Amino acid sequence: MSENRKLRLLVGKVGLDGHDRGAKIIARAFRDAGFEVIYTGLHQSPEMVVATAIQEDVDAVSLSILSGAHNFLFPKVIELLREQGAEDIAVFGGGIVPEEDISGLKAAGVLEIFTPGATTDAVINWVRQNIKPRNL
Amino acid sequence: MKDDGHKGSRTRGKWENRTLRPVTEKSGERDVDYSTVSSLPIDRLYTPEDLGPDWDFHEKVGFPGEYPFTRGVYPTMYRGRLWTMRQFAGFGSAAQTNQRFKYLLGQGQTGLSVAFDLPTLMGRDSDDHMARGEVGREGVAIDSLADMEVLFDGIPLDQVSTSMTINAPAAVIFCMYLAVAEKQGVPLEKLNGTLQNDILKEYIAQKEWIYPPKPSIRIITDLIGFCTRSVPKWNTISISGYHIREAGSTAVQELAFTIADGIGYVQAGIEAGLPVDAFAPRLSFFWNSHNDFFEEIAKMRASRRMWARIMRERFGAGDPRSWMCRFHTQTAGYSLTAQQPYNNVVRVTTQALAAVLGGTQSLHTNSLDETLALPSEDAVTIALRTQQILAEESGVTNTIDPLAGSYFVEALTDRMEREAMEYIDRIDELGGIVPAIENGFPQKEIADAAYRYQQQLEDASKVVVGVNKHRMEEKSRPDTLKIGHEVEEQQLQRLQQLKSSRDQEAVKRCLAALADGAGGEENLLPLMLAAVREYATVGEVSAALVPVFGRYREVSII
Repeated sequence: MSENRKLRLLVGKVGLDGHDRGAKIIARAFRDAGFEVIYTGLHQSPEMVVATAIQEDVDAVSLSILSGAHNFLFPKVIELLREQGAEDIAVFGGGIVPEEDISGLKAAGVLEIFTPGATTDAVINWVRQNIKPRNL
Repeated sequence: MKDDGHKGSRTRGKWENRTLRPVTEKSGERDVDYSTVSSLPIDRLYTPEDLGPDWDFHEKVGFPGEYPFTRGVYPTMYRGRLWTMRQFAGFGSAAQTNQRFKYLLGQGQTGLSVAFDLPTLMGRDSDDHMARGEVGREGVAIDSLADMEVLFDGIPLDQVSTSMTINAPAAVIFCMYLAVAEKQGVPLEKLNGTLQNDILKEYIAQKEWIYPPKPSIRIITDLIGFCTRSVPKWNTISISGYHIREAGSTAVQELAFTIADGIGYVQAGIEAGLPVDAFAPRLSFFWNSHNDFFEEIAKMRASRRMWARIMRERFGAGDPRSWMCRFHTQTAGYSLTAQQPYNNVVRVTTQALAAVLGGTQSLHTNSLDETLALPSEDAVTIALRTQQILAEESGVTNTIDPLAGSYFVEALTDRMEREAMEYIDRIDELGGIVPAIENGFPQKEIADAAYRYQQQLEDASKVVVGVNKHRMEEKSRPDTLKIGHEVEEQQLQRLQQLKSSRDQEAVKRCLAALADGAGGEENLLPLMLAAVREYATVGEVSAALVPVFGRYREVSII
């Protein structure tokens, strides 16, 4: 597939967290920026998110977590992607994540974490620079 | 030339020509458009002309404690009794939250408000596969009556009023509370408090559900029927705009969709055979107080007038208590910033002041660190002190509804009522709030408003200090509350111990009876109460109804 094809991004809500304002805004902003967007809807298990990511051939998974469960859920999704041989799907995200947790999440393989106050423009620019279409 | 410079303009038009225009032509104003945080346009100036020739003081404003209650639900308001200072609290284990409750009561707080963790809110136990990583994080973990006994240990339930923010499994948690009261020897008719129990706004905004709307509303009408007979002082539903606003709605949408939810519950109660005046006095409301000072005050004043008219005219309620929109208020969590977090104290102060001038019955003030984590003890103390300073130092409690008669506030109150009623008419055309929700109508309106506001933040047409204006390098962050991993492990152990020590046969029997009851028309509350007394868990009771009621699935809208 061409290197110039549109990026395909999965916007995911994982766990029981019902705060979907941020996820919906970022999904809409990604779509308006010209990316292909798949939104998982709410209350997805890590297994469901990973299955959707693989099935939909996405280039990256963007998770929104405001429940405080980020230290469990981000690494779990990365571990499951690895188990499925899909470690080339990038994982990044945003939400209420205390600064001191961010380095641990990055060490676990999360590419970037956006915290409250981040603009959709900043996220989109970061995606353009850091997420490349996978070789499928 | 005749000198009439000492005489004022007799009309607004004359003033604009004579006095205003020379100034605007010379130097202009700061902006072209002035509008509220919800993008409601605001005029330069308000005069009697804005109220119109037919504006009638008695019809629109009147006196406190009298229909249509625009000025407040009680004749003495804060001169008689201050609002209840009620800080929402809950984290970690029941024992940790019990400590926080006792601390808050010791600091002069007058009511309790329980925050439950996400698994509990979703009707799932701590050992559910979906609960991993979430136990005790956003609130307190409650699996069974055993946890509830610890949560209220040493707190006599006949001497506090307790608000419980729980919706989908509200009836189960309420039964656990009743069972604790029984164990303390407190008669149920002495219990005072509020159950949020507002499932409609869950489908619209907060998104914590179990069953589809119809069976969920049946559980609610069962609970209302049970309380009417056995727990008469309990507020059965706190019809909540708070979460609708946090999800990104405008102030008008918050007002409209919440009142529409209220109409839905009253309709359901009547259809269940309850006389309106038997249950309507125990319905209460819950508003968000955001940054735009006057918009919030107008919203709260309009809500009282709207509810009074709807209850009296639409539903024919005859008891004045049925007409009263009594409400709790919480300052807007979404308005707080992670940047320069101490500025949040100032935001919370103006929001809390708006709630007080809006005539709230109880108030939660957010803590400055809530965009970073659950509040620390220091942060929650400042938040409570903010209320105490407003109550005891500012003087705003001395007179009732002090902004009444302000041309601006009255015009804005009228406008919010008018625009909210237009939404309610549209919802009626869709067949009521449940079909509207199933069509995604309120969800779409809110998502659109949230996206518009985000764009306004990004182009800085709406200012948030420290985020899109007046930014600075930040040296340090306040210390925040940490929930350790051990909370989840300990809770799992407690749950395992409970399951091996209770009467397993009795639990099974009760759950089977509950499922049977769900298939028929029996009131489910006594059946749930019997199950929780045997230490059936919130997950077990909730799951027992799924084969009969099914599970709700959302159609996602972006």
